[in-house]
Amino acid sequence: MKSHYQLLVIGAGPAGLAAATIAAEEGVCCAVLDEQATLGGQIYRSIESVPEQRAQKLGSEYLRGKKLAAAFRESDAEYHPNTKVWSVNNEREVGVLQNNKARIIKADQIIIASGAIERPVPFPGWTLPGVMQAGAGQILYKSAGIVPDNGVVLAGSGPLLLLLAWQYLHAGVEVKALLDVTPLINQITALPKFPRALLAHHYLTKGIAYQIELKRAGIPMLFGVSDLRAEGEDLCQRVCFKHSGKQKTIESELLLTHFGVIPHIWLTQSADCKHQWDDSQQCWRPEHDEWGNTSIDGIIVAGDGAGINGARSAEHAGRLAGLEALNALDIISQKERDNRAVKDRKWMQNEHHIRPFLEKYYQIPKKLLATPDNETIVCRCEEITAGEVRQAVIEGHDNTNQVKFFTRCGMGPCQGRQCSNAVAHIVADESGKTVEDMGHFRGRPPIAPLTLEQLAFLKKEAV
Amino acid sequence: MFKQLSDGEADSVEIILNGQSLQVTMGISVAAAALSHQQGFTRTTPVSGSKRAPFCMMGVCYDCLMVIDGKANQRACATYVKEGMRIDNQLGVGPIMENTQ
Repeated sequence: MKSHYQLLVIGAGPAGLAAATIAAEEGVCCAVLDEQATLGGQIYRSIESVPEQRAQKLGSEYLRGKKLAAAFRESDAEYHPNTKVWSVNNEREVGVLQNNKARIIKADQIIIASGAIERPVPFPGWTLPGVMQAGAGQILYKSAGIVPDNGVVLAGSGPLLLLLAWQYLHAGVEVKALLDVTPLINQITALPKFPRALLAHHYLTKGIAYQIELKRAGIPMLFGVSDLRAEGEDLCQRVCFKHSGKQKTIESELLLTHFGVIPHIWLTQSADCKHQWDDSQQCWRPEHDEWGNTSIDGIIVAGDGAGINGARSAEHAGRLAGLEALNALDIISQKERDNRAVKDRKWMQNEHHIRPFLEKYYQIPKKLLATPDNETIVCRCEEITAGEVRQAVIEGHDNTNQVKFFTRCGMGPCQGRQCSNAVAHIVADESGKTVEDMGHFRGRPPIAPLTLEQLAFLKKEAV
Repeated sequence: MFKQLSDGEADSVEIILNGQSLQVTMGISVAAAALSHQQGFTRTTPVSGSKRAPFCMMGVCYDCLMVIDGKANQRACATYVKEGMRIDNQLGVGPIMENTQ
């Protein structure tokens, strides 16, 4: 790995691969850094090594990643897997960890394409062994052909749940039930957004087709579910919930949940980029213009890390970011950038038609986001309960960072990735303020834990 | 909890998981190996000793920490099995120095 690049792309998912491919075509000295051992990000996880038999069962959208990966491999962009970026500052100095050694390298332009994470929504029993995020199930299946052994309950809200149920059905897994916690009222509140969604009707027809198939296979799908809880002695043994006014229980050692995805903003935070609260997507995301330029000069964002728009959109956003970087590096003119961007912009606009409807339809109720049960652990690392967070607010700590200092929420190894959203919602709920006012946990490098041994390798590099 | 489908043609490697010698598919993560070969937990928390197992499988939850080849605090979902690898559940903070109790 060099100590200086013209362009560094952080993240080897669809946005990162597309950006690096287009930039490398122009001869830019460019590298993609990715934490994982293989490329594809999460959505196209294991896309290069997945056996044909398994690939066919994962759906046509997944296979799209093969084209992206191939184009990237053909390009001259460097690819550094197993490389963790633990810091990006506002002068585009990048802290990396490779082969157990920390280093700082520099770039003229940086494209942060670090994608999204599952929206972590605490509920009673969510820390029990056997309760996992739906994405985890997908990763196990895609990367290792590993699927539930004794059946699984899927619960939550969002298109990923439907996709996973369909994938499991085709893999011969017993899906005991799909518990949809989307409030039934959303079907009405989302109606005004429906006409526009028809412009991206392929998404709608696909969703309906999956539902029909699941129904034909006899998989119980319950809607308007509430009061979700996992119970068991030291591991998940049953899933309890409320449906149609009745308390119900399903015996299961495995519960996979999904409540949408949110941008992974730890790197853009590290770089001092300005962020905004997106009410529709219910998440924090970096402020950026139509090319992905953030508030920090030379730092561009692309893909789901900029805002949730899906894998297809991420590809196009990656190309736009790549073109912008080329322009910023004076390799192409603004005119050429604009001309080459036309098609991708059009495709992105088409992709966006579905979003307002999806976001409204799958909007997670504030009640669920603000962890109503006080016994529920909110900060998994430090084991802080919702009740303890509420107590902190009552004692006068009325924003997210104050609560962090007082309770230690967000100070564990995950650095708030699994608790910051819930803490913000609980504090907002308890103090009667908006989530926007709460702020996000202030992120400081290293944005992932490093050992002293790893850091000891830092030394001044002659640039 | 989980099982391995035989839908690929990968070789296997021998690992020692909590003292038990196992043959697992080459190229899978330690977390995947643990989830498909044992029930229940893969660590206990330092704060309360509660039992935990892998949660996100993508490296952002740190609940899958295990002791791998004597080294504590290794994310099992981000570490891949190798021939002869020793993998143990991490109890509390785990061994402070490599290969100590």
